[in-house]
Amino acid sequence: MRRESNKASLNPDAATLQRMLYYLKLTREAEYRIERVLYRQGKIVGGVFTSRGQEAITVGTAIQLIAGDVVTPTHRDFAAHVIRGISLQEIFCNWLGRVGAPTRGRDGGPHIGDIRRRIIAPVSPVGAWCAVACGAAMALQRQGKGNIALTFFGEGTSARGDVHEAMNLAAVMKLPVVFVCNNNAYAYSMPAEKEYAVESLAVRGPAYGMPGVSVDGNDVLAVYAASRKAIARARGGKGPSLIECRTFRMTGHSAHDAAEYVPEELKRQWKKKDPIDRFEKWLLARRIMTRAGIKALDAAIQKELDEAIAQAEASRLPEGRDTLEGVYCGPECWWGNPSVARGPQSVATH
Amino acid sequence: MPTKLTRQQHQDLYYFLRLNRRVDEQLVALYRQGKVVGGVYSSLGQEAISVGTAYALAPQDLIGPVIRNVGAMLIRGFRPRDLFLQYMGRRDGPTGGRDANTHFGDVARGVIAPISMLGETVPVMAGIALAAKIRGENRVAVAYVGDGAMSTGPCHEGMNFAAVQKLSLLIVAENNGWAYSTPIEKQMAVRDMAERAKAYGIPAVTVDGNDALAVYAATRKALARMRRGGGPEMIECQTMRMKGHAEHDDARYVPKKVFEAWRRKDPILRYERYLIAKKLMTGDEKAAIEERIESEIRADVAFAEASPFPAPEEAARPVFA
Amino acid sequence: MPVMTYLDAIRQGIWEEMERDPNVFLLGEDIGAYGGAFKVTAGMLEKFGEARVIDTPICESAIVGAAVGAALMGLRPVAEMQFMDFISCGFDQIVNMAAKIHYRWGPAVPLVIRGPSGAGVHGGPFHSQSNEMWFVHTPGLKVVIPATAYDAKGLIKAAIRDDNPVIFFEHKYLYRRIKEEVPEDDYTVPLGQAAVRREGRDITVITYGAMVWTALEAAAELEKEGLSLEVVDLRTLLPYDEQAVLASVRRCNKVILLHEDTRTGGMAGELAALITEKAFEDLDGPIVRVTAPDTPVPFSPPLEEYFLPNAQKVIEAARRLAEY
Repeated sequence: MRRESNKASLNPDAATLQRMLYYLKLTREAEYRIERVLYRQGKIVGGVFTSRGQEAITVGTAIQLIAGDVVTPTHRDFAAHVIRGISLQEIFCNWLGRVGAPTRGRDGGPHIGDIRRRIIAPVSPVGAWCAVACGAAMALQRQGKGNIALTFFGEGTSARGDVHEAMNLAAVMKLPVVFVCNNNAYAYSMPAEKEYAVESLAVRGPAYGMPGVSVDGNDVLAVYAASRKAIARARGGKGPSLIECRTFRMTGHSAHDAAEYVPEELKRQWKKKDPIDRFEKWLLARRIMTRAGIKALDAAIQKELDEAIAQAEASRLPEGRDTLEGVYCGPECWWGNPSVARGPQSVATH
Repeated sequence: MPTKLTRQQHQDLYYFLRLNRRVDEQLVALYRQGKVVGGVYSSLGQEAISVGTAYALAPQDLIGPVIRNVGAMLIRGFRPRDLFLQYMGRRDGPTGGRDANTHFGDVARGVIAPISMLGETVPVMAGIALAAKIRGENRVAVAYVGDGAMSTGPCHEGMNFAAVQKLSLLIVAENNGWAYSTPIEKQMAVRDMAERAKAYGIPAVTVDGNDALAVYAATRKALARMRRGGGPEMIECQTMRMKGHAEHDDARYVPKKVFEAWRRKDPILRYERYLIAKKLMTGDEKAAIEERIESEIRADVAFAEASPFPAPEEAARPVFA
Repeated sequence: MPVMTYLDAIRQGIWEEMERDPNVFLLGEDIGAYGGAFKVTAGMLEKFGEARVIDTPICESAIVGAAVGAALMGLRPVAEMQFMDFISCGFDQIVNMAAKIHYRWGPAVPLVIRGPSGAGVHGGPFHSQSNEMWFVHTPGLKVVIPATAYDAKGLIKAAIRDDNPVIFFEHKYLYRRIKEEVPEDDYTVPLGQAAVRREGRDITVITYGAMVWTALEAAAELEKEGLSLEVVDLRTLLPYDEQAVLASVRRCNKVILLHEDTRTGGMAGELAALITEKAFEDLDGPIVRVTAPDTPVPFSPPLEEYFLPNAQKVIEAARRLAEY
């Protein structure tokens, strides 16, 4: 492991490091169940998007969020949900289209949101949420408690006008936003060189007047260190930053895509840089974890998943006519935004 | 300023600069007489950008002007009467009264009409450059982008696309300091529009937009690189919008001394002084040019004023080709 | 009671909501220092400060998106589109973010997107559109179009207090051309309710926005011929007041559907289908539509005049319908 991560390791304490390993492995195993088990059994329908190989990006950043922070995950940020407190059962309910899901069966898979936990659900027009993150950040800026908005987008998404407008707006208004670009080398079948013509997307940062850095996205400690700086900047009122995390999409675009357009050699090379293997080795070398401990962790994760999936599978599917409900938010908004002010009130605090 | 312009070309440039300004002044006069339909959007102070860039182009190139690029449209072959007819909504204008002000074009003359939604010409001009690339044609597409337009999503998408595809797209970034009442510091958090080009890997230069020859020279250089297959380029021309957003806007939000300072840098007076000093234009030649312009303007105003309004039924003409 | 223009009534309504609820804030282009292109927000920056009256870059998509984000956090943004024509630049954020969030994952998105729309001022194709139907066709949104100064104030206040995303179309032709007494107190006009502007017996004209005045003009003229027109102002297009529409049809038995918007895909088509479905027995003649033709809004005055519905066109349609 390189020097940066040695220095960075001074920051996360042992407990945090262990939590990071847990979330990395949980993501990997949960997504395995989603893509390779439930989907293949025909129990999950629709698009199946996972973050295989890119887990370090979500974990290294989101692990640093505190109460009151907002996150806008993409469809490849599984860990963001669990870190912010969504239960595995709720996540599997969402994949299985159950009533108990955060979207009550109205939206699928990774399109999870929960305003009480400050998770803003993605939409399919990628990048649209970056501007939404800016709006949330405006509210956080007003509240003045040092909270931030963490927003993710892919290198393909970086080509979208919405991302441009959001970054410019955040820079002009010095909003507390951290922009994290998951550069996983492919946007569906488009290799990165078809999405942008610069060496690294980090240069997009200074083009708007914010810092931009590029890190090894498969090194969770490098991701942690870079985002720690950006988060501190935002909390300190200094405005937004951009972090490009270079990684590789180890699956197809989605479960139905065999990604034959990706050269085999590339897949082989990146397999050797697997973020979880690397981190495990690093933790073992420093005796922060033991082999027995990791084995126990693996078993505990399997058990957690077994239970969550069983509960989700046993839970109720929505009735057809449930479709008609909840188009509008009435006086009793279901899972409504508890901070929506209905009259003269002081600025919502939560 | 090393340029390879002949004496005649220098005077042509002067002619177009002066013509641009006179057309502008005439539009304001018509507006004050109540003859203009809608608003008048002046290009006062920015003429060197439109004229300096457009004059450098070859006949096969195309431009995507916006509201203050009248000078470029004149160079491409439109006449003052076209502007008067458009602004007055007359039948014989380029759009037959269907659209207003500079919202007109002609593919044959290489002008792609703008729409009001800023930034949206950029992907369109990128598409024109793409067509040229597919057909192996030596054509450059020029998109004029203001400081406000550069904040828009479509502008970003167009520039990025052009960079990835290595298209011959020239972005003329017209930094006139204001987007309606929004000053540049509320529009972006970097100093120069040229900073944006780095986000796409597009080479950019920043020039004095009130120096016609500097604009011209930078354009020639960029064109040469693009014609060799170098991909998109940006030229940021820094200038000042010398009036409000439109005639109805008195621009009280601009400090008076800003206007005063820029008035001293008037692009046409500068160029005139340069030509006279370098003996590239005599007093007589200048007078001849101005007289020629006056008679054109007079004839074109008369023509436009006498031109009928379109027949009402024209509105319901089928919308499909 | 003060007499106010339609524009001042809107301004008053926004002002009152800004005073009443510190969560309400404004964002848009040129709305602060400049007071807005039409001066709807004049004086608000000075009164409420930069944090609550935000001048943005040109970024309609980010304006709407940011409004969504702020709304999710409990603020109540009122985003201005300098001209509602520019709303298309933020279309995706409206239809895919704002409109669907509550349905999909629960929280409210209490935002208002407002701005001047409509023709009759020589604005040309991009400053004259009536694009309400893009949004009437999007479940999850509410679409409001006031026709009077009184309603303009009451409806903007109601829209700001509504917990759903509301698209609020102000008609720029009406801005300074109509005025009336507008109460100074804190009143609202409910969304989703139509208003009968003029009672009649023979034919009902169902309409909204600036065309309400066109219908009233036609009605006054036809009165002289002994033809009694009722005029119903929809006020909200989504959700629209079905009951009021059907009740009026049952009273008059003949109906003209009038809007400034273009014909195909316009509100008249939707209402015609409703009326045929639910009040067929009450009709004594065919449903008639008076609308703009299916073209962009042209610029030159004779073209625009031809394009726009006017009192004369309504009168002629009414006379023909009266024959049945």
